Amino acid sequence: MSSSLRSLLSQIRPVAGWMALSALLGVLTVGSGIGLMTLSAYLISEAALHPSYATLLFAILGVRFFGVVRGAWRYFERVVSHEVSFRLLARLRAWFYEALEPLAPARLLTRKHVKSREYTSGDLLSRLISDIETLQDFYARSIAPALVAAIIGLIMWFVLGAYNSAFAIVLLAFYLLAGVGVPLVMYLLGRTLEERVITVRSDLKMACIDSVQGIGDLLAYGFEEKQAERVRALNLQLVRLQAARARVRGLREAAGSVLMNLCVWTMLVVAIPLVREGRLNGVYLAVLALAAVSSFEAALPLSAAAQGLQGSLVAARRLFSVIDAPPVIRDPVLPSPVPSSFDLEVCHLSFRYTEDAPYALRNICFALPQSRCLALVGPSGAGKSTLVNVLQRFWDYEQGSIRLGGHELRAYHQEDLHQLISVVEQRPYLFNATIRENLLLARPEASQDEVEEAARQACLHDFIQSLPQGYETLIGEQGLKLSGGERQRLAIARALLKNAPILLLDEVTANLDPLTEREVLRTVRTLLPGRTTILITHRLVGLEMADEILVLHEGAIKERGMHSDLLQAEGLYWHLWLLQKQELATS
Amino acid sequence: MKFDKALVYRIRGVRTPLAAAVLLGALAALLIIAQAFCLSSIISGVFLGGRTVRQVWGTLLVLLSVIAARGILAWGSEVTANRAGGRARTELRERLVTHLFALGPAYIRGERSGELVSVLCEGVEALDPYVSQYLPQVVLAVLVPTILLAAIFWIDVPSGVILLIVTPILPFIMAVVGMMARAETKRQWRSLGLMSAHFLDVLQGLTTLKIFGGSRRQVEAIRHTSDRFRRTTMRMLRVAFFSSLVLELGATISTAVIAVEIGLRLLDGLMPFQQALFVLLLAPEYFLPLRLLGARYHAGMTGKVAGQRIADILNTPVAVSQPPARPSLSQFIAGGTIHFERVGYIYDGQRPALHDVSFDIQPGKKVALVGPSGAGKSTVAHLLLRFIEAERGAVLVDGTSLEKIPVQQWRKCIAWVPEHPYLFHATVAENIRLGCEQASLSAVIEAAQLACAHEFIQALPQGYDTVIGERGLLLSGGEAQRISLARAFLKNAPLLILDEATSYLDAENQTGVLEAISRLKRGRTVLIIAHRLSTVYDADQIIVIDGGRVVAEGTHDALLRQSSIYRQFVGAYGGGKA
Repeated sequence: MSSSLRSLLSQIRPVAGWMALSALLGVLTVGSGIGLMTLSAYLISEAALHPSYATLLFAILGVRFFGVVRGAWRYFERVVSHEVSFRLLARLRAWFYEALEPLAPARLLTRKHVKSREYTSGDLLSRLISDIETLQDFYARSIAPALVAAIIGLIMWFVLGAYNSAFAIVLLAFYLLAGVGVPLVMYLLGRTLEERVITVRSDLKMACIDSVQGIGDLLAYGFEEKQAERVRALNLQLVRLQAARARVRGLREAAGSVLMNLCVWTMLVVAIPLVREGRLNGVYLAVLALAAVSSFEAALPLSAAAQGLQGSLVAARRLFSVIDAPPVIRDPVLPSPVPSSFDLEVCHLSFRYTEDAPYALRNICFALPQSRCLALVGPSGAGKSTLVNVLQRFWDYEQGSIRLGGHELRAYHQEDLHQLISVVEQRPYLFNATIRENLLLARPEASQDEVEEAARQACLHDFIQSLPQGYETLIGEQGLKLSGGERQRLAIARALLKNAPILLLDEVTANLDPLTEREVLRTVRTLLPGRTTILITHRLVGLEMADEILVLHEGAIKERGMHSDLLQAEGLYWHLWLLQKQELATS
Repeated sequence: MKFDKALVYRIRGVRTPLAAAVLLGALAALLIIAQAFCLSSIISGVFLGGRTVRQVWGTLLVLLSVIAARGILAWGSEVTANRAGGRARTELRERLVTHLFALGPAYIRGERSGELVSVLCEGVEALDPYVSQYLPQVVLAVLVPTILLAAIFWIDVPSGVILLIVTPILPFIMAVVGMMARAETKRQWRSLGLMSAHFLDVLQGLTTLKIFGGSRRQVEAIRHTSDRFRRTTMRMLRVAFFSSLVLELGATISTAVIAVEIGLRLLDGLMPFQQALFVLLLAPEYFLPLRLLGARYHAGMTGKVAGQRIADILNTPVAVSQPPARPSLSQFIAGGTIHFERVGYIYDGQRPALHDVSFDIQPGKKVALVGPSGAGKSTVAHLLLRFIEAERGAVLVDGTSLEKIPVQQWRKCIAWVPEHPYLFHATVAENIRLGCEQASLSAVIEAAQLACAHEFIQALPQGYDTVIGERGLLLSGGEAQRISLARAFLKNAPLLILDEATSYLDAENQTGVLEAISRLKRGRTVLIIAHRLSTVYDADQIIVIDGGRVVAEGTHDALLRQSSIYRQFVGAYGGGKA
């Protein structure tokens, strides 16, 4: 945890200057407050002795000066401290993204064959985002205020000490109690509380997600009352914890108020005899009292920051637990080789996700010469997606070899490898942006003609033209404003625009209705000539176009050959094909 | 209804703690006056009256008890105010959940489900500062200064007049600045939302970005969006800070003016020192409640926006009627015909999903609905489940309109397997037990076996006790469908609705599941909805729907002879060879 804290603190270095400025302005603000109140007290005390007006002139000017500048300092302090906050937020986001990027997707995917707790979903990602915001808050509320409190404390120590060390000691004692003691108690009291609040809140969030997203299933199975009861129970737990937190907060407020006033009280008890003995001018009695009160403005906010500290630490820990994981893939030291061709050769490849997991791929061998089409089929769980992951080098293989253009896959840098392979994913991710922006992702420098050509090849151009905004149409969150077929075509067009020599089509027609499926497959067929293609599917449709079909079963190649050969062999492929065709036998 | 304080005040048990918090705040104001009085009396006694510690000891002790009492009040008002917030949240969250369940899935589909979840969690939480801090402060910002002003007037009229003159100017200027800031604030919240959404979008699409070599480029994009956000936010905040600057200036300048003014009157001997000090001590306190209100204004507004959204949801009328319960419904359904009588339904008030649809589902039969996606097939299932109500025509069961049957009682007669079943954050066994809560483990396993799910469940790390769902182990679409099928088998209801229930299964599992359904079919009505034909060819009756209308009806053989769209479908499925 302390290492997390350290690396959190290292994030502020680039904005340290701003932060110092913010602290300086904070000191000036509190200092002006002290000046205003002490000079006012001095003014009326002195005036009570009926001196000449001229003796008061200095104090009157001072009071007016501080009365005006304090507001201005506060204003600038706010502007600067928020500026720092947002700069930090921007930095933290970029930093987090840069740390996360090498881990994708191996460390960020949930796969049931990865039997550890490596999981990420949209929910976790949004939690991480709010964690970053929590951290930003932490920086803003603790570092500069702590500096301000320390500086004000020091100044008061020296100024009061100049009059009488007893005052300095009294003030510092209470000041430290309010600025260090109470925050420490708050941190200790808040520590377990905050952690429990976070747990219960996240359980409640889960229950809310279940209630909203699972509403159909809940209603259909008559579980709505049970679920409402669950939400109610968790809510009650949360409210109870927050009541405990409010008690701690109340304690904080009470302690702050009591310590501040007690400081004034003690100061008076110490000062009164001194006035009697003539060792202190009575004029300063009111000055002392108001100086003490107004200096606490710097110490009091620290307790609130301390109470929230645990929340920030938990947030930080969660962030670090994600990004501290070592990347699964390390790029080679040497630059990537230049492939002599785009032939793909896989020899005796075996692969498992972790040491203790069963093999997901066993002794896979195949050769895919340039411009040919290979199909990978088999029931779900046969190892098709695993092979896709390994071919893209999202995971590294240890046994056997994969050679691309005569070089081992490991010799390529990931980025260079991704330049060579275009992938249409099973569930392509589309960004909440325009159609054009989604396409340009593949090649930012592509011209309008190239974009349109890719869309045309994917049979999408006419559809895009029919939209009122054409290529500038926003496609919504995860492209949900498009139909399934349109999303899939957009993904295909994107892959085509990239124009890489190798095309990987991963279950592109899953979840499409048969009419759309047939159209998309027709599109795919037109793309094959001249491209090295790997076609992955569990639906045995349109496989006549493949030059070789590999039938995978439990991670191993069970059968291989062309569509017609495999049917004649009457093996697994034939069996799967029959099952799928069964009903048509009756017609 | 517009959201206002009334929504909060109507909640049981909120008003009392709020009133108590205000009362404690008023008491605290009295203590502030007492403290100022003691302090001024002690200081002036020692400074000008020449008193000793012994002589002021009594007042010092009173001051000590005032200090202690202020501490207790500070604690008390925090705790009481929190109680009000807790009650408000509990009640509103409960009403929201109940109301969402009454509104049903049709409503949630219209809204973005993520937004609803955040209203239910963060939205309700955001109401807490509004209720427990902002609302009492609104009253205290008026009450406390009034009390203090009365005390100052009592002691020294000119100082009171100064404060009275400044007071109305401040809220006025604040209101003007606030109005200027409001439009900007709204724009700002939208851009904050957009920035977070952009960041989430990038993180979720990280793998895709990587595949296209665009992942490194995004660092710049993230910096850029954050920077733009910073600039626009700062523009907005400067306006907001300006309003606090006005407040702050009002407070400090008034204090300065009073200090100088009473100083000059002291000089001329027009005023006793103790009264002057008393006024000087109270002057900053006078503005404190208003400044606190300013500090809590933001939290208050956020809570108000959230409250508005909550009120909107709570005020959405429930479409499904809820008649009283009636006895022995399941008997009645098992033997009754389900009849769709010229049913019409329109989505979002625009796109007709069903148009004048009439057909019968005979008891004990296997009926299939087929047609291209978007034809209106799922709408039929949702009507049967009463997630929505027919807008035209009626759905009748054995001659009785569905609207006359209590929803929950009717749903007991249906087992439903949707295309995208939801898996709850719970164990596999608990997820299957949704079908029948009291079912024994052996019954659960039996249901899983029928659904061809037993094998893969056993291979999970903790078998039936593996936690699945959003934060647990993610299952594939096919696995989720098989769990959902197991649920339905366990429920064992007279009407089974399979809505694209096997779309993610591979051929082998699909065949297994279909066999199990045929075996279970005896005495049960089965409605299968599919865009693939493999699951339906042996149905007793196939209804072809296209564009929201029934275009053909009959058995597989009859349809092959008569219906061109059906033949087209069969052709597509066979990859062009049939």
